[in-house]
Amino acid sequence: MPEPILRLAGVHTNIQRYHILQGVDLEVPRGGVTMLLGRNGVGKTTTLRTIVGLWRAHRGNLTYDGADITRLPTPAIARAGIGFVPEDMGIFADLTVEENMRLAAVSGDIDTARLDWLFTIFPPLKTFWSGAAGNLSGGQKQMLSIARAMVEERRLYLIDEPTKGLAPAIVATLLRALRDLKDQGASILLVEQNFAVARALGDTCAVMDDGRIIWAGAMADLAADAGLQERLIGLSMEAA
Amino acid sequence: MTAAPDHTPTMERLTLAQQIEPWIPALLVPALIVLGFIAIPAQSSWLTLTVSGLAMGMMIFIMASGLTVVFGLMDVINFGHGAFVSVGAFVGVTVLLLLPQLTGAPSLLANLLALVLAIAGAVVATALMGWGFERVIVMPVYGAHLKQILVTMGGLIIAEQLILVIWGPDEIFLTRPETLKGAVTFMGAAIEKYRLVAVAFGLVLFAAMIWVLRSTRIGLIVRAGVENGEMVEALGYRLRVVFVLVFVAGSALAGLGGVMWALYQEVVTAHMGQEILILVFIVVIIGGLGSVEGCFIGALLVGLLQNYVAFLEPKLALVSNIGLMMIILLWRPQGMMPVVKAK
Amino acid sequence: MLYRALSGDFPRSVVLSVVLLAILVGLAFAPFLFPGTRSLETAARICIFIALVASYDLMLGYGGIVSFAHTVFFGIGAYGVALATANLGRGFDALLIGSLTGAVVAAVLALLVALFSLRVRAIFFAMITLAVASAVAVLVSQLSSITGGEDGLNLLIPRELTPAVKFAEERFLGVRLNGKLLNYYLVFFGSLALFLVLLRVVNSPFGRVLQAIRENDFRAEAIGYRVVIYRTVATCIAAVVASLAGSLFAIWLRYVGPDTTLSLEIMIDILLMVVIGGMGTMYGAVIGATLFVIAQNYLQNLMGAASEMTAAVPLLPHLLNPDRWLLWLGVLFVLSVYFFPTGVVGRLRGRA
Repeated sequence: MPEPILRLAGVHTNIQRYHILQGVDLEVPRGGVTMLLGRNGVGKTTTLRTIVGLWRAHRGNLTYDGADITRLPTPAIARAGIGFVPEDMGIFADLTVEENMRLAAVSGDIDTARLDWLFTIFPPLKTFWSGAAGNLSGGQKQMLSIARAMVEERRLYLIDEPTKGLAPAIVATLLRALRDLKDQGASILLVEQNFAVARALGDTCAVMDDGRIIWAGAMADLAADAGLQERLIGLSMEAA
Repeated sequence: MTAAPDHTPTMERLTLAQQIEPWIPALLVPALIVLGFIAIPAQSSWLTLTVSGLAMGMMIFIMASGLTVVFGLMDVINFGHGAFVSVGAFVGVTVLLLLPQLTGAPSLLANLLALVLAIAGAVVATALMGWGFERVIVMPVYGAHLKQILVTMGGLIIAEQLILVIWGPDEIFLTRPETLKGAVTFMGAAIEKYRLVAVAFGLVLFAAMIWVLRSTRIGLIVRAGVENGEMVEALGYRLRVVFVLVFVAGSALAGLGGVMWALYQEVVTAHMGQEILILVFIVVIIGGLGSVEGCFIGALLVGLLQNYVAFLEPKLALVSNIGLMMIILLWRPQGMMPVVKAK
Repeated sequence: MLYRALSGDFPRSVVLSVVLLAILVGLAFAPFLFPGTRSLETAARICIFIALVASYDLMLGYGGIVSFAHTVFFGIGAYGVALATANLGRGFDALLIGSLTGAVVAAVLALLVALFSLRVRAIFFAMITLAVASAVAVLVSQLSSITGGEDGLNLLIPRELTPAVKFAEERFLGVRLNGKLLNYYLVFFGSLALFLVLLRVVNSPFGRVLQAIRENDFRAEAIGYRVVIYRTVATCIAAVVASLAGSLFAIWLRYVGPDTTLSLEIMIDILLMVVIGGMGTMYGAVIGATLFVIAQNYLQNLMGAASEMTAAVPLLPHLLNPDRWLLWLGVLFVLSVYFFPTGVVGRLRGRA
């Protein structure tokens, strides 16, 4: 089996006095979509934020592409090729759509061919290119947030609940975009509450509870086993 | 499945009231000028006061602009900001006093050269000082507001005392360069030349600042960082470096403002920074912390009000600005043009 | 008895206890232990600043509120007494009425300030109070028809509190038993009472909630405490105590002016005292005020000597110039905030 692109080994993260992650062991294989599932408040968002260094792991190790990134500052982790789409989308509302995109092109100018491709996936971005991002609708903001992570090629995408609160048609658009990304060979770690999305996209899957990974395996295995689903994430469907 | 409503253009059509709303703060400046015109009996006095109010506003803006951006970027408020004003003024004045043949000559070119040298000296000195201040005083207390207020206040005390050590306890008087002395008469009103220069210089600086913020990459990063610093870092930019740059630039601007203020008052004291800090705070609060445009408008309002009220009822000048601050905070508790914070 | 007086909040350190006891004894018997006008002035100043700084500690150390307007309350008390004596004439009733009126005005003003601005962030509050305090100082120095302007006001206090009245012909332990002595003990016991009241406040259930809020206001709010109300009450109590301390100060000096009560310098002095002594400890106010006032009065002599000794070295004599004593306290202040935020008291407790 090839070396995974990302590996978390025994990661603990404290937020102020709260011990949120209590020894997370997680592997994200190269290529394909890894789903991170679990109820609300079990530490999925904290896991993503710890990977990009916005929270510090106080114990354990994070290895990205064979290199230790546990102590790297956030900008260095980002420049190593990790794109991050946070739960709140992190849109700069006072900036235009164009400025949001230009800012994300860290190396300088936006590649026009890539931009055209993004416009075909997310047409509203072209329509509102010069408008303030704050005036976009929720779904359009989510498109911008994902497009922003895609504006330059990254090897690993961390995406936090992209479908939350969106209309089914937009969810379908996002699904198509993520599948495109996957087909290009990118690796994606996707936090999701919507099991239908998880089943449609996921290759591998990890389930969290109480700050730990309690189950990891192929998405197909979880999808096929109703009893396992009930036990691991049955609660999440109710909670969501 | 029907076509997604979200895919059709949804940017809402704004009503007239909504379209005007963002411009209300900017409209307050002409409104205040008109009010002054009504309240002040003599037209010539009104014109003189308006120009000096604008000049004062420009200088306060220059001193306050750095403070507001620094706060926006890193949630740092520097109570020691006044020290940069004082140091800038003292260095600038020292340079001017060293060049009597340039300042005393009735030649515009020689005078300008002296001013440029004085400003350069002040800007370099306060930029270096800002860099040191950031490292020693501010950096260790990021994120801890209470300590930040205390420590930066301590920095102000120390800096003020050091000025007394270096320049001695007495105030220093100076005269403006020859060609900036005197006044021009316009529509019966005597307007000091220096105030016109200050207004023009302030406008140019404001325009330059807006240009940097709107049209350069560093400006883009700064604007984004004010809104959501974490996301800027997650995109790969080292916000700390940007912050230090902005802090140093803000310190240098305060020093520049200090030189201008010294030429305006024609006297410098170690306390001047502390006194101006009060006005700077009022401006930054009413403008909305983090907003350069709000800071500009706030500074003009404060400068104008201060001059109008000082003419009508001298005792109430500073109090009127406190009143202005209270009214604006009751209207908009975050200031006129608050920056939308992501968190 | 001692337990009740200190509200169960003991110094919790042998060294600290000894130092506090020494300060208490020193102040209680100051007229006898340190004869001379200057040392009595110093002792009275220490007493008053202990009460004033302790009241500020209630806000800063226990409430986590940074206010630069504490001098305003101090000034209200001082001017209250001054104006009362000016209008009601010489007499203890005027002092009492002036002090109480000042306290009520301070409480009302504190209530207004708190309700208006405690909802905003700490940094806003600090900036707003700084602006308001300086506006008040300017206003008071300009409204000279009422406040005497920059010159301030002289107080007519009862003769029983002035050196003019002698209670006995002979000296007692070498000290004249006159009105000045009585005035000193008014200051001493007044300040002691104010301090003990504050100690009681911070050790009451109210004080504990206040500390919980300082630690984590979100959580305190979530548990069900109305954060704004607690902070407002703390501000009002602190304002009343500061106002009463101001009254004592005016009575002692028989004078009140913007420089002695309202200036930013006094505010910075208070800040230095509370931080160097130790925030959130109450006893820090005692240590801080004593250290600071003594330094203010005597450090300068020492620095003068040091400055002469180093006259040959460049720059150093200027740094050691007696007028630059605030420079060194400023440095000490910054170092305190960094390295021992609980101040001298925290240091002594940590070691014990």
